[in-house]
Amino acid sequence: MSLRRLIGFNLLSAAVLGVAGYYLGWWLGHQINGPSIAYFGDTGQNDIALFLAYLVGVIGFLVGLGFANYPVQRMLGKPPSLREKEQAGWTRYFGLCTDHKVVGIQYLIGIGAFIFIGGLNAMLIRYELLTPNQHAWNANNYLTIVSLHGTMMMGMMTSGILGPFANYFVPIMIGARRMAFPRIEALTFWLLMAAGFILMTSLAFGGIPTGWTGYEPLANQANMGMDAYIAFFALVGLSMCLLGLNMLVTVITMRAPGMSWGRLPIFVWGVISTAVLMALAAPVLISTLLMVTLDRTAQTSFFNDQVGGSPYLYENLFWFFGHPEVYILALPGMGILLEILPVFARKPLWGYRLAVTGMLGIALLSFLVWQHHLFVSGINADVRPFYMLSTELISLPTGFIFICALGTLWRGRIRLEVPMLFALAWIFNFLIGGLSGVFLSDVPSDVTTHGSFFSMAHFHYTIMGGLLFAFFGGIYFWVPKMTGFKFNERLAKIHFWVMFIAFNSTFGPLLVIGFLGMPRRVVTYAGYLQGANVWVSVSAFVLGASMLVFVYNLVYSMVFARVPAGANPWGSKSIEFQLPSPVPVHNFDRIPTFGPDPYPYGEGVAVTRPVVAPARPER
Amino acid sequence: MSGGGGKKLLAVVVGVGVVAALIVAYIVSLTNGPTPYRPAAQGKTVDLKLQTVAAIGPKLSPNATWVSYLVNENGTWKRSTVWTLPANATVHVTILNYDGRSGLRNPFLAQARGIDGNKFEVNGKPMGSINPDDASHTFAIPDLNVIVPIFGVADDAKNQCGDAPCDESMAHETITFTFHTGKKGHYRWQCFVPCAAGFVYGFGGPMQTIGYMDGFINVV
Amino acid sequence: MWSSWSHARRLTVLTVVGTIVLLPIVIFVLGPNMPPGKNTNVGDQQVFDNTVLLVVMTPFTVFILAYLLYAVFTFRADPAEPERDGAPIRGHMPSQVAWLTTTTIAVLFLAIFGSAELLTSGAGGGQGPKPIAKPSGSVLPVQVIAQQWEFTYRYPTYGGVETAQLEIPVDTEIAFHVTSLDAIHSFWAYELGVKADANPGVDNIAYVKSKQTRDFQIRCAELCGLWHGYMYDTGKVVTHDEFTTWIAQQKQLYAGSLKYLPPYSTSYAPDPTFRAG
Repeated sequence: MSLRRLIGFNLLSAAVLGVAGYYLGWWLGHQINGPSIAYFGDTGQNDIALFLAYLVGVIGFLVGLGFANYPVQRMLGKPPSLREKEQAGWTRYFGLCTDHKVVGIQYLIGIGAFIFIGGLNAMLIRYELLTPNQHAWNANNYLTIVSLHGTMMMGMMTSGILGPFANYFVPIMIGARRMAFPRIEALTFWLLMAAGFILMTSLAFGGIPTGWTGYEPLANQANMGMDAYIAFFALVGLSMCLLGLNMLVTVITMRAPGMSWGRLPIFVWGVISTAVLMALAAPVLISTLLMVTLDRTAQTSFFNDQVGGSPYLYENLFWFFGHPEVYILALPGMGILLEILPVFARKPLWGYRLAVTGMLGIALLSFLVWQHHLFVSGINADVRPFYMLSTELISLPTGFIFICALGTLWRGRIRLEVPMLFALAWIFNFLIGGLSGVFLSDVPSDVTTHGSFFSMAHFHYTIMGGLLFAFFGGIYFWVPKMTGFKFNERLAKIHFWVMFIAFNSTFGPLLVIGFLGMPRRVVTYAGYLQGANVWVSVSAFVLGASMLVFVYNLVYSMVFARVPAGANPWGSKSIEFQLPSPVPVHNFDRIPTFGPDPYPYGEGVAVTRPVVAPARPER
Repeated sequence: MSGGGGKKLLAVVVGVGVVAALIVAYIVSLTNGPTPYRPAAQGKTVDLKLQTVAAIGPKLSPNATWVSYLVNENGTWKRSTVWTLPANATVHVTILNYDGRSGLRNPFLAQARGIDGNKFEVNGKPMGSINPDDASHTFAIPDLNVIVPIFGVADDAKNQCGDAPCDESMAHETITFTFHTGKKGHYRWQCFVPCAAGFVYGFGGPMQTIGYMDGFINVV
Repeated sequence: MWSSWSHARRLTVLTVVGTIVLLPIVIFVLGPNMPPGKNTNVGDQQVFDNTVLLVVMTPFTVFILAYLLYAVFTFRADPAEPERDGAPIRGHMPSQVAWLTTTTIAVLFLAIFGSAELLTSGAGGGQGPKPIAKPSGSVLPVQVIAQQWEFTYRYPTYGGVETAQLEIPVDTEIAFHVTSLDAIHSFWAYELGVKADANPGVDNIAYVKSKQTRDFQIRCAELCGLWHGYMYDTGKVVTHDEFTTWIAQQKQLYAGSLKYLPPYSTSYAPDPTFRAG
């Protein structure tokens, strides 16, 4: 590769312009001076400089990748170009590419890398908690590790399934050749990568003391590392919002003939419900973060009670976003679960309408429950029964998903391939997660469990036991289609069983530890809990090791062994498995016409193919 | 394996090596912190000499404007807030305070407890508590129920110290007291006066960073 | 017998038998050991509440787990056989209605039951400055002041004396007035079954009446900065006489600071808000 090929709009120029932008922003920030920011001299923290540095750095990064090219070209009167760099070989994965399939794979690797970092932080947390007193990491750094783990995981897993799998497969599943806004799609990916990198720099600026929730007024007291948190979530929020809108517009406007709403694969319904939440909740997060920025830089008083503000404002705004956020995490997992079960039970999805109602019901109700995070915080006691009711009610649509999953297994012919194992494990894990959620939704019970490890184990059961297991199920199910190569089945099964057993061995006891009185985010705990914590830590290390098995399998199968997977390794009747592996750039030779049944499985079923009628020639 | 496979293997090995190196560097950076200092003990008695300063200065810290504690290690002042003390010992503490007065958010903390006779000496004069507005820092070990307010230098005092380390010719107040360590353990200590200039409630920055106004006492 | 039954019948039997076997264990073995323990009136309520939750969850859990295991074993395709599809069942209205009905009834019951408990005593949780579930009769107010990073306690009816340790008399209704001087903390007295967030500028009230003398753990349950994990204490429930002696001692001991303390108030706004250099 010649040096000349390196010049252009690619990752290298993005890095160079990003760094240049960082220093430009930093310099600009130091030029700003005024009465309300004189205290920067006292504290030694110039938050304005860091915010500007991040902002201009991200702009430089995006310009370097080539995102400004299209708007500038159009302003100069040149005709629109639709597809950029979609044929350029392996280098197209390292830059701006408008092929939704390339963006899907970029997301998979990018999010995978950041999840690996978040998981490393989790191992470090459990290492510290081996003894009841601080022994490993500097006590300041421990809080930063805790915050980094939570923040990185929440920010990355939000797009964990929509990023890789929805970007890759939703256009295919609805019979389109692309997403509605391909360049915005690529933008959401690169925003997320910039965000992840920014978060990692927080350690250099003094770390983050607040956990992923960023509660005020502690967030105002924090060092400059807190600005990295704010920049991270602002970029993640923007990425989420655009991703959700893109998905919605694509599904609403670009469905092929015959693909009516009642024939959409359930995965697409999961994506739609998630996208609605993303588009509506992310803006609340971004505006809250703007208020936090103003408090930290211009000394406004949104959240400082002694000068007219209120920490309650932050808590409510954050959780108004935060609760739909966790359903953004849960819903795509449900979509994958219900997409995988029919294939491996060889039966249609049981209760399609009930499942869709469940997903939409969860999406709607998720906006009405957020005060359950604030039950004992001194909110008006009159509202607590309402939020208890609404939170309990949200278990009803969740129950619909369960009954549809169980019904799909009824009198099926179940094949326990690796994706199916992950789907079945989802049902088990989310059951425990959901039941522990019922405890937390009940205010008298919540009095003891709020802010304890019980609450932490609950959300790890639902987010990790649910979403992450569905994520891996999706990987084993769809990556052979995305790359054309099979995974090594033996390693995959080892990964599954070790992960499943170690996961339950880690978080099951944590439910009990929470019941026994250990608060969250602590570096020291009561001595009698040490034995249990050691058990949990060791299980966590085994859980981490199972991830290494997966990474080894991934590299070995995709880089070295390269056993062809064929078009349809699972015998699925879904449209994506009727296409070659990997899916060609233009997706279909001709736009398909869809038949009446998204799940044409079952003995004696009349129509067994998803696409019916000769495809009309394209206009 | 063909040449192509060899190149791939090399790339993977190099990649793994780079990642491993980054991880090790990350983990090592997390253990940074003050070097523990163990004052010499005469039997079961230990002398601990500390000073508190208004600005640590650029030579001793990247955060030049932060307040800080320093400990006297055989004549030189070091910025370490992690100290190792023997168990069941008597600890005589001398604190030279070079910082001005600010005041406590909770005046209750201006009364000493957990020390011998519940009295400390300010420039030789024994007392049990001070006017909370005159406090510039406290020395507190909550797990041992020890708290001592540190009397502050008057605003109009002459020859005030600028950057640390400060020497005894500059304006200061001397506070002495004695406390006892019990069984082995890892105890945290902190200042309670909101002395972190410019931070919200005065509790950010140096008040929340080990090595300045917070630290550990290892009782061995 | 088993082999001649339909799948539905077998599952019903498994669920019913499983529930019948587990319920006594849940009620008599797990129930009494549920947190936070039966040391106070609100603790009793929480234990009872947790037991009721477990009881309601048991049949659903048994059903789903039994079904899952049963389905994986019974409906498994024989790997040796050539691949065939299962039965083309797209739904079954009676099952859906039955599921919807039972889950709705369970959820509504739990919501009403929980609300009832909450409205009778507040269940030990912080109810904010205007509590709706107040005990009748005399109440001993104890203010818990959370600050970075220690809890201190003030007794307004004993001259507003502030102490570093918490002692409360047994068999007395206590009203904890929890407030903070800076960040958001949370006062969690585990064995008492009390948790109330300490929000600056807010008076968060939680009621409890302890039935026996004992020590209890106090921990901060909301991340408040560097020493959040170290913000713990041991409180004591003592007899009335012990309490009277102790509080008199504390008033003597802390007479020095008492003259500097601000008058008792349900929340405080101490200086500095920001501290200039």
